[in-house]
Amino acid sequence: MSPVPSRNQCRGKAQSFEAIFAKVLVRFPATQAGSAPNGARWIAVQPLEMLEVARFLKSDPDLSFDSLCCLTGVDLLKFPTDAKDAPPCTDLACVYDLASSVHGHEVCVKSSTSRETPEISSVESVWGVASFFEREAFDLLGVSFLGHHDLRRLLMPPDWIGYPLRKDYVYPESYGGVELKREGQTFESGPYK
Amino acid sequence: MNIERDGDFITLSMGPHHPATHGVLRLEVTTDGEVIAACKPDIGYLHRAIEKIGENLEWFQFVPYTDRVDYVCSMNSNHAWVLAVEALLATSEETKLQIPERAEYIRVLFAELNRISSHMVGLGSMTMDMGAFTPFIHALGQREHVNDIFEKTCGARLTYNYMCVGGVNQDLHPGAIAEVRTFLDGLEVAMKDFNRLITTNNIFRGRLAGIAAISPEDAISYGLVGPNLRGSGVSFDLRRDRPYGIYDRFEFDVPVGRRYAGEKGKLGDCYDRFVVRLLEVLESIKICRQVLDQIPPASGVADDPVGGWCVAKAAQKALRKPPVGEIYFRCENPRGETGYRIVSDGTKIPYRIKIRTGSFTALSIFEKIVPGLMIADLVAVIGSFDIVLPEVDR
Repeated sequence: MSPVPSRNQCRGKAQSFEAIFAKVLVRFPATQAGSAPNGARWIAVQPLEMLEVARFLKSDPDLSFDSLCCLTGVDLLKFPTDAKDAPPCTDLACVYDLASSVHGHEVCVKSSTSRETPEISSVESVWGVASFFEREAFDLLGVSFLGHHDLRRLLMPPDWIGYPLRKDYVYPESYGGVELKREGQTFESGPYK
Repeated sequence: MNIERDGDFITLSMGPHHPATHGVLRLEVTTDGEVIAACKPDIGYLHRAIEKIGENLEWFQFVPYTDRVDYVCSMNSNHAWVLAVEALLATSEETKLQIPERAEYIRVLFAELNRISSHMVGLGSMTMDMGAFTPFIHALGQREHVNDIFEKTCGARLTYNYMCVGGVNQDLHPGAIAEVRTFLDGLEVAMKDFNRLITTNNIFRGRLAGIAAISPEDAISYGLVGPNLRGSGVSFDLRRDRPYGIYDRFEFDVPVGRRYAGEKGKLGDCYDRFVVRLLEVLESIKICRQVLDQIPPASGVADDPVGGWCVAKAAQKALRKPPVGEIYFRCENPRGETGYRIVSDGTKIPYRIKIRTGSFTALSIFEKIVPGLMIADLVAVIGSFDIVLPEVDR
């Protein structure tokens, strides 16, 4: 079967990653381009510059990233590094997947922040949906988003201690007076045997 | 609508056990008489930490958990996950999988059948929220036929665990194609009955017209996806605009909202979202028919590149050492874009899985659109978004 010709109805012109990064770099010299061994590429942004970069990405007529598809945090504590003697990366990274409904291009933006003071400026005022995504990242990874109007836990109970998706998370033995650990059970995380 | 801020406000807790919240959703509603002044969704009652569980399981062991992410359309959830993993494997030449043609067609056929049954649940429960019970029974009756077909092929009626990385678990059962054709013919007649019964009903239309209209700009900014986004008049469908799998081989239209309720309606109101879902069922019927016409005959050999159904050995070998890196894969599910962001550290266990779902982002717009509505209309809004709570909490 021959494929049906492309029916993409985007009005604008899709830009390559290089073109998008070049535009951002002119305005924000501190940004860098990053890449993974499997070919994934992203723009690395300073955490406190995130809001300004987001505004630029949305408002620039050639970019117009008007939708935030996904926002999530990744704890890099146990991620293998290439160099053998390099100290382990202890950062928390926030990953923003952006798409433009005008031009039809997509880009990934990352912002790494330290574990001790994980602070990133909130992009809630740029994309409304970020309000929920940021609360989720705060809840599960403990990234605090500066300028968020209502940064509370979203999925976990409000009195929960710790951030479950961090790689050094220790499972609690009890919650609210209820024993969570049964006799002989370990909470070591690892593959199912 | 202007609200007098000096009135007597009452805070009302709607849910978590409320028949119209489609699960355990709690809405903290501040009311001024019959009018809502503020609404805060409170979620997390169904949080099963599926993302955390995924960090301790091997790649193929995670498939049954995706069933539980959205149990109304488990096939689509399976589809999104296996496509995401296959897209990750395809980033390296060594691990790239060649999925059999027939498996690809079976996947699309089942994804579309599950889309039909999911939309029937959405449409039916919407009418029941509005007080009409009969259409709900008619809609669920059609879903039963889909469940029967799925049960004969994969043995389960709700959580299928049917698709796997490399193909599908088993071939279609004998006679499946004729059964699907009979079902599609019956469904077309049933949809006409459904429309006569409820869609064109003046009372029902008047009840939903003009309620909670969302502008296209807001819909994009608040991350609405799928039928909710298209209900606001934005013509965007991942199956058409970013075709994945073999969706680029099929002809279908993308229905969008355009004030279907007539004079009283507004673009992007509850009735528009209802009608868009209804029209999508008809488009899915079209896709299913094209699949049935084009599907290659079964060869009886599992890893046959044309008539097979699964390349299990190659998939298992690839998943022992997947490429290091990450990927974000988007897939059009009945509730809109389901995205998987997968980070792989090159071992047989995923480093991080993030599931982005349509219902989760749909809830984020509640704080904006609900204030100003009557309490009775809040039920219509929840119904029109077709929210499924396990997908929100994951």
